[in-house]
Amino acid sequence: MGLLDHIPHQSTVPAHRPWPRAVVAEEGWRAAIDQLVAGRATLLGFWGEPAAVHMALLDAASAEIAVVTYECASGSFPSVAIDHPPALRLERTIHDLFGLMPLGGGDRRPWLDHDVWGQSGPLAGRSVARATVPYEFLPAEGEGLHQVAVGPVHAGIIEPGHFRFTANGEHVVRLEQWLGYTHKGIESLMQGASLEAAARLACRTSGDSAVAYAYAFALAVEAALGIEPPRRAIFLRALMAELERLANHFGDIGAICNDASFALMHAQTGVLRERCLRAADAAFGHRLMMDVIVPGGVARDMSSYGIPAMQALLAEIKKVFPRLIELYDNTTSLQDRTVTTGIVKTEYVRQFGAGGYVGRASGRDFDTRRAIPYAPYGALSFDVPVLDAGDVNARVWIRIREVEQSVALIAQILDRLAPGEIRTALPAGRGPCEGLALAEAFRGDVLVWLRLDGENRIERCHLRDASWFQWPLLETAIEGNIIADFPLCNKSFNCSYSGADL
Amino acid sequence: MRKTLLESLTHGSLTEPAPPPDEAALAELVRTVDRAAQAKLGRSLAIRQVDAGSCNGCELEIHALSNAFYDLERFGLRFVASPRHADVLLVTGPVTKNMRQALERTFNATPDPKWVVAVGGCAVDGGIFRGSYACVGGVSDVVPVDLHIKGCPPTPTDLLKGLLALLEHVGGKG
Repeated sequence: MGLLDHIPHQSTVPAHRPWPRAVVAEEGWRAAIDQLVAGRATLLGFWGEPAAVHMALLDAASAEIAVVTYECASGSFPSVAIDHPPALRLERTIHDLFGLMPLGGGDRRPWLDHDVWGQSGPLAGRSVARATVPYEFLPAEGEGLHQVAVGPVHAGIIEPGHFRFTANGEHVVRLEQWLGYTHKGIESLMQGASLEAAARLACRTSGDSAVAYAYAFALAVEAALGIEPPRRAIFLRALMAELERLANHFGDIGAICNDASFALMHAQTGVLRERCLRAADAAFGHRLMMDVIVPGGVARDMSSYGIPAMQALLAEIKKVFPRLIELYDNTTSLQDRTVTTGIVKTEYVRQFGAGGYVGRASGRDFDTRRAIPYAPYGALSFDVPVLDAGDVNARVWIRIREVEQSVALIAQILDRLAPGEIRTALPAGRGPCEGLALAEAFRGDVLVWLRLDGENRIERCHLRDASWFQWPLLETAIEGNIIADFPLCNKSFNCSYSGADL
Repeated sequence: MRKTLLESLTHGSLTEPAPPPDEAALAELVRTVDRAAQAKLGRSLAIRQVDAGSCNGCELEIHALSNAFYDLERFGLRFVASPRHADVLLVTGPVTKNMRQALERTFNATPDPKWVVAVGGCAVDGGIFRGSYACVGGVSDVVPVDLHIKGCPPTPTDLLKGLLALLEHVGGKG
């Protein structure tokens, strides 16, 4: 049975690929919400247009995907968040950007709109009135509570965001995040952009996931146009994606240990991370591999230094990393900080559809590379590590195991990399078409949905970072922990600010 | 742990020789930096990094400055947690309107003499985010900038060259 069999719909959109998009009335919209509430479907994305809202749903059992569209004839839509909390920040964002009103009560505070843009509903295409009331944090009541306000400028070299803690002594009673500080208006810059310019913007949605974003963006364009990149490009893409995953996981493992004052690990993984970036630079001419993946393939081939650089990197990791794993495992003072700290409950990661190490450390066995495989992952063999403890320690271990898997994947890719074409020309004049794609970034699944006009320009593009469904869980993870453990919890999530602020 | 520590001691250093200070950066500093302030700080600068809406790519490379290969602290340059402890603000991003006030407040909280270094293509003029309703479009539109380090993102070597130029100049050699 297909997802859409349970959702009464008026029509399906013909040029939406590879999964169906159905236009629904209120009855269908509510049926889709019911699927989410019942846990039969997971919310993959929720985004707006000037006169419509879309939800991407994933059937938890069959891994089938469908998009449902509700046309907001009167500038409003039935609220999803009122019944399904994971939709809340996305719903507040839709209201901020498009001026569309969710009906049914609930939290109506702005999210990205901090009332400084000089306009309301910047993507609405019409004038929208904004209620100017000061932002109020949710209350916490009890004896002896005090608040600690942190950010947007933080103490370390990290992105800006505001954290409002309510604490009783050292213990956190409530954490509330207020983000949006890095909102750059990426989706508005996308509108009307050429594919080349749009791919550059996608790369810079979250710089640490530049490859994953370019990958998802290219897959979405290729789905819309119905083309496939050449075989060599497909393998080079996966090579870059795994290299990016390695670099970020090394950085994270070290940074988490550093927040527990264990600098030795940070120094050692910092060296491994640097070696990954140097190998990337040698192979692809850019340390973060920005702007290499483009719709149709890759913009440039791997240099002649690429293969030896990758082989040297793999040899170094195989030599050094096992000793670092042992170091992590045998340092009790470190384990004392990470074990049982910042537990995320399994029911929450299921409900929120939290991807990446946040989901997999709490028992959600989901990785786009395996659940919704895109080329070449269907042809590669790898394990998806899953743990149940849900604490900081489990999120470290998922990363450790994923490093091992990425090393094995890179070795497989190098074995199969054959000479050949690297880019397929994009067909012109296919008419308006739409594409949806997911790619597994190091922190979880990135979703890209786009509509192209007849001349291969972006009419509308939505990029959804994995962080949207992870940030809210950080608020739950810190409850009952002490404020001093927050940096540790936060680093173990390493959510993207820029990716979720757009 | 013992083996790892011992190897670190016996296997020689990963740290690489310093690159020469960036000539263009020196030229820019000669135009902008107040000579009276130069003598006061010697060859040690405390840096406060401010992300004013970057994609976080610049932050990754700024982080890399502290790894064993670049070892920023050997030059007397170190990152501090508060603008009140800082001599230099290292600012990234196209300055989103949502971060404008925070950047101004951070600048005002930094004691004189101080320098502002704008890092990355966005920090120069907004870069690829220029023209968005949500971006101011360049750090110098909000606070006075003494030095630009370009690149998307600049490599750690680019960053080091720029910061060494600042250090040379502040140290009175520029």
